[in-house]
Order: sequence, then structure tokens, then C-alpha cells
Amino acid sequence: MTISADHTAPHSTSTEAAENALTEAVKKFGITVEDYMLPARHQIQMVDPDGRLIPESEQGTQPGHEYPVPGDDELLAAYERLVVGRRVNDQNSALVRQGRMAVYPSSHGQEACQVAAALCLSDADWMFPTYRDAVAVMTRGVDPVQVMTIFRGDWHGGYDPLQCKVGIQCTPLTTQLLHAVGVAHAAKLRGEDTVVLAMCGDGATSEGDFHEALNFAAVFHLPVIFFVQNNKYAISVPLAHQSVAPSLAHKAVGYGMAGERVDGNDVVALLAVLDRAVKLAREGSGPLLVEANTYRMQAHTNADDDTRYRESAEVAEWRAKDPVTRMRTYLTDRGLLDDDGEVRIREKAEAVATQLRDGLSEDVAVDPQELFRHVFSAPTPQLKEQSAMLADELARDAAASSSDQEAAK
Amino acid sequence: MSPTITTSSEANGNVSAATARAAASAAASAEAAGPQPVTMAKALNTALADAMHADSSVLVFGEDVGMLGGVFRITDGLTATFGEQRCFDTPLAESGIVGMAVGMAINGMRPVIEMQFDAFAYPAFEQIVSHVAKMHNRTKGAVKLPMVIRIPYGGGIGGVEHHCDSSESYYAHTAGLKVYTPATVADGYRMLREAIDSDDPVVFMEPKKMYWTKDSVDLGELRRLHTEGTTAGRTSEGRAAVARPGTDATLIAYGPSVPTALAAAEAAALEGRSLEVIDVRTIVPFDDDTVCASVRKTGRAVVIAEAHGFASVSSEIVARVQERCFHYLAAPIRRVTGFDVPYPAPKLEKYYLPGVDRILDAVDDLQWEN
Ligand SMILES: Cc1ncc(C[n+]2csc(CCOP(=O)(O)OP(=O)(O)O)c2C)c(N)n1
Ligand SMILES: [Mg+2]
Repeated sequence: MTISADHTAPHSTSTEAAENALTEAVKKFGITVEDYMLPARHQIQMVDPDGRLIPESEQGTQPGHEYPVPGDDELLAAYERLVVGRRVNDQNSALVRQGRMAVYPSSHGQEACQVAAALCLSDADWMFPTYRDAVAVMTRGVDPVQVMTIFRGDWHGGYDPLQCKVGIQCTPLTTQLLHAVGVAHAAKLRGEDTVVLAMCGDGATSEGDFHEALNFAAVFHLPVIFFVQNNKYAISVPLAHQSVAPSLAHKAVGYGMAGERVDGNDVVALLAVLDRAVKLAREGSGPLLVEANTYRMQAHTNADDDTRYRESAEVAEWRAKDPVTRMRTYLTDRGLLDDDGEVRIREKAEAVATQLRDGLSEDVAVDPQELFRHVFSAPTPQLKEQSAMLADELARDAAASSSDQEAAK
Repeated sequence: MSPTITTSSEANGNVSAATARAAASAAASAEAAGPQPVTMAKALNTALADAMHADSSVLVFGEDVGMLGGVFRITDGLTATFGEQRCFDTPLAESGIVGMAVGMAINGMRPVIEMQFDAFAYPAFEQIVSHVAKMHNRTKGAVKLPMVIRIPYGGGIGGVEHHCDSSESYYAHTAGLKVYTPATVADGYRMLREAIDSDDPVVFMEPKKMYWTKDSVDLGELRRLHTEGTTAGRTSEGRAAVARPGTDATLIAYGPSVPTALAAAEAAALEGRSLEVIDVRTIVPFDDDTVCASVRKTGRAVVIAEAHGFASVSSEIVARVQERCFHYLAAPIRRVTGFDVPYPAPKLEKYYLPGVDRILDAVDDLQWEN
């Protein structure tokens, strides 16, 4: 859809067209719009924690919420990314312990969400991740060392968002959801079929921008998928203190969009639900909210002590639902993965870990003049003055230390 | 065939300049030739329409800006002319408006958004400070945000609470934002066009009590100058204007305080004192050269602003001038600002706002006896 600059748009044509697209989409499922918007009565789960494919009748589905199992190639590719993701998380945590990185909010335990969020998108689509979504960004294809620059401490971001079609990992909670809405809106105005996936955590759903973003996306019928990783905690605060809604996915219906909840440690179910969400969004049926039921296995960051607010028994319970081992069992049992395959995948993971170790152990020289270079497209006279002042200060320091060295000789 | 919506040709885009900025404006033909009495509101409205004609990536949105044309009518007729996809109402959510504009600017558009009133921009503060101001720096210039946040600001209209704040200091204090504020009708047109063309985000503060101010202005000529390339090579950014030349002391003002400063200079002239009035025009970037040249010449200065004086743009100006002109000063620099109280109720605002008498008192205090 393109529109002409001088064209007087009749009121609400675009709105009607979008509503029709939604109605059409729902018709295919043979249910009412309201039933389509409400999540299924249970979370969608396809492979249980023991790695067994769940019979279709027990997958949590009901009319309009049935999802086909993704193809074997897609699942194998996803497994490889899971193994790499786990290795990345553990390598990064080690680098923090070694003092190579200031901080790392690990997604250990949430790798299925990370992987599915990236794999469901096409190259021209966009992703807007949070601080915890480094693995999702790498799975999207962004260079791992560039991704970790934000935590290495030499700049606030290491990759080019326009080139990667990934927003800079965002810290102010849910503010990035509105950027996702804007990117989708601009694309829609130009008639492009870009889909945007916007990520946030369970605690973040209490923020005002969460509400504003979902409402804007719904009102403007934009192809945005809001992907909430419900890992049960916002630092120390459990979900019960954030919301008493039946589920976070239920929030969708209040905005007039569809919501679904899915087992966030089951990459098969995640891919099935997200693939359909992307397809529907691309076809013009508007935004969707997907809640992934998962768990943050480690502390919020290395600076946090999770023993102060949760029981180790709870953590152990979730360890048994691990997304990586579950998938390994499933693929092995189906004969899609053997020992050779496993070795090959582990080698790939090791290569990424080596890349991270090498990249982050390097002492990158920082240029103090960079402070002034990027504030505006061209520095103001005031910034030029301050830049000259710092240059002079550094020159005098250098001169003083070289004359000290002379004197010592 | 009119141009379709395309990616902004200068920022974050790879589409060539398909939307020729030089495109003749349809509005131009309807206008009477030569200087005419024009309101600030009309100048701003014309600037928006001309920018939308020139570049189809320019979008206007906010609260009541569509059918109604904005509560101050600054966006009047834009939806009718350009369609509701280029000028539209959003849900009532200021953070949403700014945040969505950030995303649109990332993806090739030039959004010009309206905050309905100064105090109603506060819900958007996080988006403005954490993203609008920082995106360019955070991405080392890879992501530009060519967006304009228009904010009607200031008092003097008998407005009720939350409708009269002077909020410019919050934005000026934030590294990464440009802050423009026009004080003449011609600048209303010129500076808004330049703000929309800028690849940096601009907070465009519109003195709301001046919306109905009329000057004799040739909009066609301003449009021609803009189209031919930025006002004969002199953009407004970082260039204060000498609004009235004088020799004895300098009054430094911006936005709604400029007419007050001019009235004070007129009154002082009757008493035999020649005051120079400087219109700051762009608070960020600030034109130290013009301001300091004037103060070095006169040796005396008074800074005038409606906002509270404490920790404000006016304190910044005093500090800058003192640092640069100390040996030229015959007296300490004085300030005439709003009191450090919440903006008062309509019947009290005349006591709060800087007026001619208070300015003249400050001028009298500039140690003339030596
Ligand atoms: C606006 C804002 N408030 C507070 C914080 C500090 N903070 C960082 S992460 C976090 C918890 C977020 O929890 P959740 O959304 O569940 O995501 P998770 O960390 O569990 O992935 C908080 C409070 C922040 N980053 N931004
Ligand atoms: Mg959480």
C-alpha cells in the first residue's frame, strides 16, 4: 500500500481494511474474534520436559489454536542454536568472573526463547531486544563480539542497528517496544511487509510504555509481535507482585489483539507459535502478544544474590525442564541427532566461545575524542571547545610524564 | 502523480532524493504576493505544509492534530491536504507518540510530533532523555533521529495549571537535543523548516502567547529562500539575532521574552538609554559569539526568561557570559526571570512574568554611577 501526498484519505479506510484482514484470518480458524484473541486455556506445549512429543490432543490446543510441528530441518537448526546459546551464556558469565566484562544478564535457561525469537524472522524483519537478549541477537546473525561490546565497557553499543535490523539492546524497560511500533508503522506506510518482534520481560509488562506500545500497535494495526519472556522474576520481585491477570497473554484481548502462551522451554512449541504469529502479522492481521513461560536459572546479573529471594528447590524444579536437554532427547529419540552430530554442534559452540574469549580479552584502545564525535551529526561550537580542552589536558599529561621519564634516566 | 511515501533522503535511508525538496508548493499559488500580515500560527502551519510537500517522509502526528488541526490550529488542513496517513491523531499517550516517532525515524521517516502543552510532554520525558537524545551517540552516528518535537510553551495566556510551563531548561540540559525557540513570525517559518530538515532531533519550543502575534511577512519569499538552500547560506541554528541594536546595555532573551525585552528597550530609549536586544533563537546550540560580542560592546547585561531562574537556561547564559566577558563587564550580570514557584493561577501570573518595569529596574541597577 502506498499513498499519494496530495490524496485526501477518506476517513478510516485503512482501519476497515485491517479489521477485515483480522476477520478473514479468524475465519480460517473457525472461531469468533474474541476466542481468537484470548489465549488457549493452557499454554501450548509440544515436547514435554522429558523430550517426548505430546499427543496433539494434549498440546494445550483448542479450535483456532492448533499448531503444526515445525519441520525437521528447522528443529535441527534450532537445536544447534540452543547449544551455541547455552555456551555463549556460560562463556560470558565466566568472562565476567574474570573481570573481562562489567556485567552480563544471562539468559541461561531461556535459550529456547532466545533462539525461537530470532529464527522466526526473515532478513528484512526487525527485532527489538532487551539487555537479557544477547543470545537472540547473535542467533539473528550479529557478530558475537560486537553484541558484547555493550558489556565490555568501551561504548554503549557495538553493532549497526540499521544494517542488522536489530535495535540496540535496551535497558530502560519497554521503551524499545514503542520503537518497534514506529519501525513497523513506517514500513507499513511505505507498503513493505516487514514484521517486527519486540521483546520484554514479565516485570516489564507493568511499565507504562508496555501499555502504550500494545495499544498503538493495535490501533494502527501494525505487524508487531510482542514477545514476553516470563521468567518469573524482575530482579527479586516475583510475578505475583506485578500482575494478577490470569496470564500475561490475557492482556492482549484488552487491546484487541490476539494473545497466546507457550511453554518457553519447548523450542518446538515456541517456533510453531511464533512462526504462525509472524505469518499472520505479515498477512496484515495486526499485532500479537506471545507469552513464553520460562525461568531465569541464574541470578539477575552477577551483581545479584538470588538466594535472598527464592528457594533452591524452585530452581531445581526448573532445572528438570531444561530447554537444551529436552530437545537433545527429542531429536536423538527421533533419530535426527547422533553422537557425530552432537560433536559437530559442540565444536561450533566452542568456536563461538573462543571468538568471545579472544574478542573480549583484547584490551581495546579507547579514543577520548570519541566522547564528542557522535553527540550530534556535527559537533557544536561548545563541544569543539570541550574537545580541545580535553586534548590539551591529555597533551600536557603526556608531556609531563615524558619529562618525568627523562628526569628518571 | 504525487510522490508516494518514501524513505527520508538524508537520514537512515538508502532511497535517493525521489521527493525533490524543490517541488513547488501548491499552497504557494494561493498566496498573495509580497509582505502580508501573518500570524505565528499561520507561519508554523505553512512551514509544516511546505515541508510535507517537499518531502513525503515528513509525517505529522499527535493529539487532536488531525481533523481538528490541533488545539492551537497549527496543523490545520494538513490531514485534508496530505491524507490521514501523513497527518493523524494518535491514542492519548505522549510517551507512545515520542517512542513511535523514534521508531519511525529509525526506519526512514521524518516525524514532526506535537505535544499538546508543555506540561503534557512530561510523560514522554524518558523517551526524550533516554532515546531521542542518546540514539545518535549510542550508535556512533549509525542511527540518526531526524525528528522534531513541537511543544507550545510558556504563559501569558491566562491558562489553567499545567498549561503554562516553561520547560526548556529540561531539554537544554540534556546532551544530544537541539532546542529551538522562535520569537518572530518569520523565524517561526524559517526555524521550523530548518528543524525538520535537521538530521538531529530538535525540541521546537513554540511561545504559545505569540501564536496570534502578527508581523508583516512574505511567506513566498521565505519559502523561496529556504528552497534555494537555507536562507541565503545563513541557517538559524547557533545564530542569535540582534533584535534591536543599542550601545549602553544588552538584554538577552528568547521566545516569549523577546517582545517584552523589545518593549523595555523602547521604554528605555525614551529615558535616553540605548539597549541592545539579543534574540537567542536556538538555545542549543548556543551562539556565544553574538551574545558575547554584544556584551563586550555594551559592558552590561540583563538576561530575561519566563522560566524559574534557579538552575535554568538563564543561569547558564549568565555563567557563559561571565566566563567569557568578565573584563568587559562594568556591573554584575542581572537576571529577570519567573520566581521559583510553580506557575501561578491566571489572576497571579502578572506578578510572576518578567515585565517591562522589572526589566528596567534591573537595568537601573547596573552600576551606572561609576
Ligand atoms: C524503567 C526501568 N526501571 C527499572 C530498571 C531496573 N531494572 C533492570 S532489569 C529490571 C527487572 C526487569 O524484570 P523483567 O522485565 O521480568 O526482565 P528480566 O530481567 O527478568 O529478564 C529492573 C527493575 C530499568 N532497567 N528500567
Ligand atoms: Mg523477569
